[in-house]
Amino acid sequence: MESYDTCARSVTSFVARDCALISLATGITAENLRELRDGLLDAPEASLYHHFWGRLLRPHFDEPEYLNDFASWVYHSLREKALAERMSLIDPTDFGDMEDVRQELVELIEQRLEESESVPWARADQRFYFIRAQLVLFDTGLCVDHPAKLSALLPRFSTSSLYYHFIDARRRNHSHCDDFCSWLGGYGDEFADLSHRLAGLDPYFSSLHETRRRVAEIFAEQFGPPEEEATTPDGPAGESDEGSEEEWDDAEEGGPPELQL
Amino acid sequence: MNLGLLDRYAEVAGDDVVDHLRQLAAPLAGARMLHINSTKEGGGVAEILRELIPLKQALGLDARWEVITGDQSFYECTKSFHNALQGAREVIPESRLHAYEETNVDNAERLRTALAEADFVFIHDPQPAAMLNSIPERNGKWIWRCHIDVRRPHRPVWKYLRTWVAPYDASIFSLPEYAQPLPHPQYLIPPSIDPFNEKNCELPPDEVAAVRERFGLDPELPLLVQVSRFDRFKDPVGVIEAYRLVKTLTPIQLVLAGGGASDDPEGEVVLEQVRRAAEGDSDIHVLLLPSDAHRTINALQRAADLIMQKSIREGFGLTVTEGMWKRKPIIGGDTGGIRLQVIDHYTGFLVRTPEGAALRTRFLLHRRDLLEQMGERAHRFVRENFLITRHLREYLTLMLALRYGSGDRIEVGR
Repeated sequence: MESYDTCARSVTSFVARDCALISLATGITAENLRELRDGLLDAPEASLYHHFWGRLLRPHFDEPEYLNDFASWVYHSLREKALAERMSLIDPTDFGDMEDVRQELVELIEQRLEESESVPWARADQRFYFIRAQLVLFDTGLCVDHPAKLSALLPRFSTSSLYYHFIDARRRNHSHCDDFCSWLGGYGDEFADLSHRLAGLDPYFSSLHETRRRVAEIFAEQFGPPEEEATTPDGPAGESDEGSEEEWDDAEEGGPPELQL
Repeated sequence: MNLGLLDRYAEVAGDDVVDHLRQLAAPLAGARMLHINSTKEGGGVAEILRELIPLKQALGLDARWEVITGDQSFYECTKSFHNALQGAREVIPESRLHAYEETNVDNAERLRTALAEADFVFIHDPQPAAMLNSIPERNGKWIWRCHIDVRRPHRPVWKYLRTWVAPYDASIFSLPEYAQPLPHPQYLIPPSIDPFNEKNCELPPDEVAAVRERFGLDPELPLLVQVSRFDRFKDPVGVIEAYRLVKTLTPIQLVLAGGGASDDPEGEVVLEQVRRAAEGDSDIHVLLLPSDAHRTINALQRAADLIMQKSIREGFGLTVTEGMWKRKPIIGGDTGGIRLQVIDHYTGFLVRTPEGAALRTRFLLHRRDLLEQMGERAHRFVRENFLITRHLREYLTLMLALRYGSGDRIEVGR
């Protein structure tokens, strides 16, 4: 096992990060479908990102019914089920950038507005608020120099760390792949099957707890039960937020409740 | 550095949470931070500051808290601001606005050196908001922290206050719906509770029993508790209506516990209305408690079967957070920050009428299994979202963003 400093400098090492969101108002709101379209045209890219991906970092009770905040609002506040279904199927990783995603959303809404004789409205207290977020990145002090060692580390990743490496990475990486696949790619074809299985894991339909469990399982299937621990500057990896999160996993809802910011 | 204090928080919130705070604080080491509000006692703002300042200091930051002072006319004006920001159609006489401005000038003069030299100045609520105008030589970033539900402010009053608030470098609101058109970044940061203060710490059962006995509460009778200022927006009379509707079918007792705040001259009037509504019913206990009765409030919340917070307007509702931390389901008004905390059917129920509050109270008193499940969920929800460590993390992130640029990503670490 390398020391942390040596590890951090190595090109073949995986350095684990953690993250948290802080939300900001954009000043853009919508009370009906036309205003949602206008808001989508004006909202900063960071806001679109937040309503597609940042929402996954929020704890929630239920399995996600719709896969972005726009679709969720269109159903729950405007009762436009067909449009919500269409909007929900938009996966940003299928598009070149968020501008293309924006255009696709606007196109779907325009289509619905043309079909409809009236503009669907929400109740006054159910406006849609376009939020953007800043992502703050933390050093975990955890670093591994081989995928088998990452396998040992994964069950103890915090959910926010998993979010950063498995979901946020799809926005950061040119190939829209997660950090694990990106790192495994450096080994050539040696871990191609593992990468393929990770790439097949859809994070949109599960809580982060469940996604973490699935990612850890896929690694464990490749490398067997974890044997070694990652290095930190102060010794072996700690337990992080495991305790509290496992309690949510045990809850009948399958995860913590949704925070609406 | 006070490592012991941070270690205690790590035990509740997690080692990684405190490690994140240290990473965020490192680039701000030695920064001078000044928090200003209008009361040292009473209300959620003073409570948050009392806990936040030592934590910032423990992280190596030079944090201070100052309180502005004013006369009766100033407080009457700021109470009118408070009501108007929550939607009341207040007409504020010119003389009171003059008192407001003069009080801000006087306090700014008293604190001039500290205000001018601080790297970050946090101004809480409208009372000290006009001070910025008196410190043109200021060096640091000024942040206006609004704790009030300003979803639908009375426009003339907001228009007046906006002139004082617009020049700030950033503002903070508790919920997205409160944010107003302003020419600076508006952060969304819900407040929080401190698990170790006297209002929230664990209490021995005999202390809870003693408080029950002290106020003549029947240990065999289900207890409904609402803790809040005697303020019309908290709807204490509506709580009594709900209690009476429950009592026709289910034996129950009610505690309405609150204190006055030094900046709230209307409290007496509302308290009198509540006493009249409660007259003749020995199972209604209206308790006017001193502002430092934190352990008493803690014990009352722990003695409760259910916590009520039937507000019709609410900034955030820290009494809701406190009740949830004590593993109690909440029956809360469907408004403001209560919506952020009470997840309908999961951590409690959101209601709009005394009838709704009565219905949900009866349901939970007859379904003790669900009452306990909801209470456990409520506790965990607070631990993950509304502890002071999360609040502090967001304040530190905001300061880093203001000092080093507000891009979409902020990187800290060893």
